[in-house]
Amino acid sequence: MGLLATNNMPVDKKVNGKNTGEKKLSPRHPFIHPGSALSVTHFTLEDVRHILEQATKLESMNIERRARLYAKRRVALLFYESSTRTRTSFELAAKSLGADTVLVSALSSSIEKGESLKDTGITLRALGAECIILRHPNSGAPYLLAQTTGLPILNAGDGIHEHPSQALLDLRTILTRLRGKRPPKSNPIEKINERTLRGVTVAIVGDILHSRVARSNALLLPRLGAQVILCGPEPLLPSYAAGIGPGVEIERDFERALAKSQVVMMLRIQKERLAGLQLDLDDYTQRYQLHLDRFLAHAPDALVMHPGPMIRGLEITSEIADGANSAVAEQVRHGTAIRMALLARALDAKPSRSKSAGGRA
Amino acid sequence: MKSIFIHGGHLIDPAAGVDAKCDLLLRDGRVVAVDLPGKLNALAKKEKALNVDASGMVVAPGLVDIHVHLREPGQSYKETIASGTLAAAAGGFTSVCAMPNTIPVNDSAEITRWMQAPERNASARVFPIAAATYGSTGEIITDYQTLKAAGAVAVSDDGKPVLRDDAMLECLKAAAQVGLPVIQHAEDTRLTQGASMNSGPLAFRLGLRGMPAEAESGIVQRDIELLKSIGDSRAHLHVAHLSTAGALEAVRRAKRVGLHVTCEVAPHHFALTEQAIGDYDTHAKMNPPLRNDEDRVALIEGLLDGMVDAIATDHAPHAIHEKEQEFERAPNGITGLETALGLSLRVLHEQHGMPLAQIIALLSSRPAALLRLEGRGQLSLGSHADVVLFEPKKTWRFHAAQSKSKSRNSPFDGWTFPGRVGMTISEGKIVCDARQ
Repeated sequence: MGLLATNNMPVDKKVNGKNTGEKKLSPRHPFIHPGSALSVTHFTLEDVRHILEQATKLESMNIERRARLYAKRRVALLFYESSTRTRTSFELAAKSLGADTVLVSALSSSIEKGESLKDTGITLRALGAECIILRHPNSGAPYLLAQTTGLPILNAGDGIHEHPSQALLDLRTILTRLRGKRPPKSNPIEKINERTLRGVTVAIVGDILHSRVARSNALLLPRLGAQVILCGPEPLLPSYAAGIGPGVEIERDFERALAKSQVVMMLRIQKERLAGLQLDLDDYTQRYQLHLDRFLAHAPDALVMHPGPMIRGLEITSEIADGANSAVAEQVRHGTAIRMALLARALDAKPSRSKSAGGRA
Repeated sequence: MKSIFIHGGHLIDPAAGVDAKCDLLLRDGRVVAVDLPGKLNALAKKEKALNVDASGMVVAPGLVDIHVHLREPGQSYKETIASGTLAAAAGGFTSVCAMPNTIPVNDSAEITRWMQAPERNASARVFPIAAATYGSTGEIITDYQTLKAAGAVAVSDDGKPVLRDDAMLECLKAAAQVGLPVIQHAEDTRLTQGASMNSGPLAFRLGLRGMPAEAESGIVQRDIELLKSIGDSRAHLHVAHLSTAGALEAVRRAKRVGLHVTCEVAPHHFALTEQAIGDYDTHAKMNPPLRNDEDRVALIEGLLDGMVDAIATDHAPHAIHEKEQEFERAPNGITGLETALGLSLRVLHEQHGMPLAQIIALLSSRPAALLRLEGRGQLSLGSHADVVLFEPKKTWRFHAAQSKSKSRNSPFDGWTFPGRVGMTISEGKIVCDARQ
């Protein structure tokens, strides 16, 4: 996509021309800061490798030395939706790097008085914020904030669109489990390429439609060679979801999906986003709950993941959530490391008008 | 008012079947003479007409847009009748039909007359389309006889559908009795709750709720059934901004069995697909939404084979701060008056070989006939002196910042188009002169 106002669509003589999505960025959107993390599709595999390396490096660093790395740098957390894990994780990550953090949440701020996202962003920038971590109920909101502030924006979940840091921490969790806690020097977990997850099938199960975690993982993992199976009932998983990208298929039968998978990610039903969708929870639980019998019968060795919050007794039972194959707590631990790496990347990167702005893969 | 003598140009008047070099004399707001080159020189000289050299230009009927939002009364920060019709003149339009979703909704003779009053300072003729139901709530139908007498040329609740079967049936019946078309915004809003783009894989990837094509085609089919059930040959259903292959197919079948069903297509729907949304560009957000390429191709085929009756812009101005919002929160719509001719020439003429006369018909004589705008969209003797002159090959670049509209919300900012408008004359008055 061109960044300057020079667009002139090529004339296409065919009826079914593919030129119809071409456009320029409007003049008010000069660039997206290259330190931003808006969508996993913006990362090259090189970016992903770099983030994983940074995560390892920062995690293993002396705490006091680490706290001097970005001492007094200013990071704002702008949260329009509630969050426990992601907010705490980002905040601790920033503080571990020595940065000052400030939390602005939709309630108890001028957002309540009708201030726009753009103006809130500009205000935070004027107060010295060098990076904004945004959680927002509208898909795509981080793009708007990035375009209107020019700051590096870290997407901490936008509507039902993406949750890039979650996909990266999920990737780190999977790689750690596959390669062991102390992988050989020749094959550290950070070493990745398009074949790294070849032969690994990841089932993502449940409310796919409303899950930004599902989208980010389905867009990221196949690029490392994984096969992703989306699994859920029609209202929560429209058939066109398989069109999200290569390496993604739909399997409505949970047990068949389990039988093929080495990793299974369970998702919560997002009741707050159902918006009129009728769902029989008893029937859902019957068909899609991950419980011990089902697990032992179909995927006894699979790694079990959940982005949280878990609703025990609904999509997952306690035996599974607390079981030996569960990586739920590990995911949270990896989250802090990944978020330190994303913050370091955001605070290091220089704004630029070059083609790589936005780091499109 | 001084006479105007347009000479040396190539006249295309689809209603009269003229596509040849011809001169034209306008006097007192009317076309008074059309003749072969040179034949009118003496007459023009005698009455000291203003000479307009149209060498190298196409001379055509002033364009007719049967679907615009002029935002007055009520939202003059987006557009006024004065600014909207200036944009119309810049785009070659001399007649515009203004939708009733103003504030308050135009459901009365009073507002209908107000919109046409000379105090509005319009640069093109404004034909109000009145609300089909009071407040456009889809419940109680308005007084069509009175609205028609006040100048309304059709009824519509555009922006919303008349959803209830019984209400729509009543609209069609009542409109038939007074000879007005019912223009339907075909959207089954029960299927589009919270949606902000076309339904499908792209909407899924972007995490946006989608509007299924069936939400449009379903209402079109329902309306056709209602029209059929009335059995009144005066009843006329017009489908606004048709955007899907399915709805076009329904219109095609209805026409085949002789029902009075017509439809319009907006330039953005034949020029763009949902891919234009890119990274949540709100200038690619409108209702109906941009669709996929199959729909776009079907619309172009419908335009080429004549099944589509008119090109209409759905000009929908919005302020910068309204469009500079989260995609799901930004209002629907884009401006269109200044880019409609350029897009039609670029996509339909250059890319798909549609003859100029057919494009002009879709932008003038056919929409004028559809809403029975007497003496508009044609240049025969006695017609209104509504004329556009444009250079079909000369390219120009559209800059939204320089638009005559009060708003800037166009996805075509910076695009290059063929067919620069040289002059627009509305009822014998030069309302745009961009000749160099």
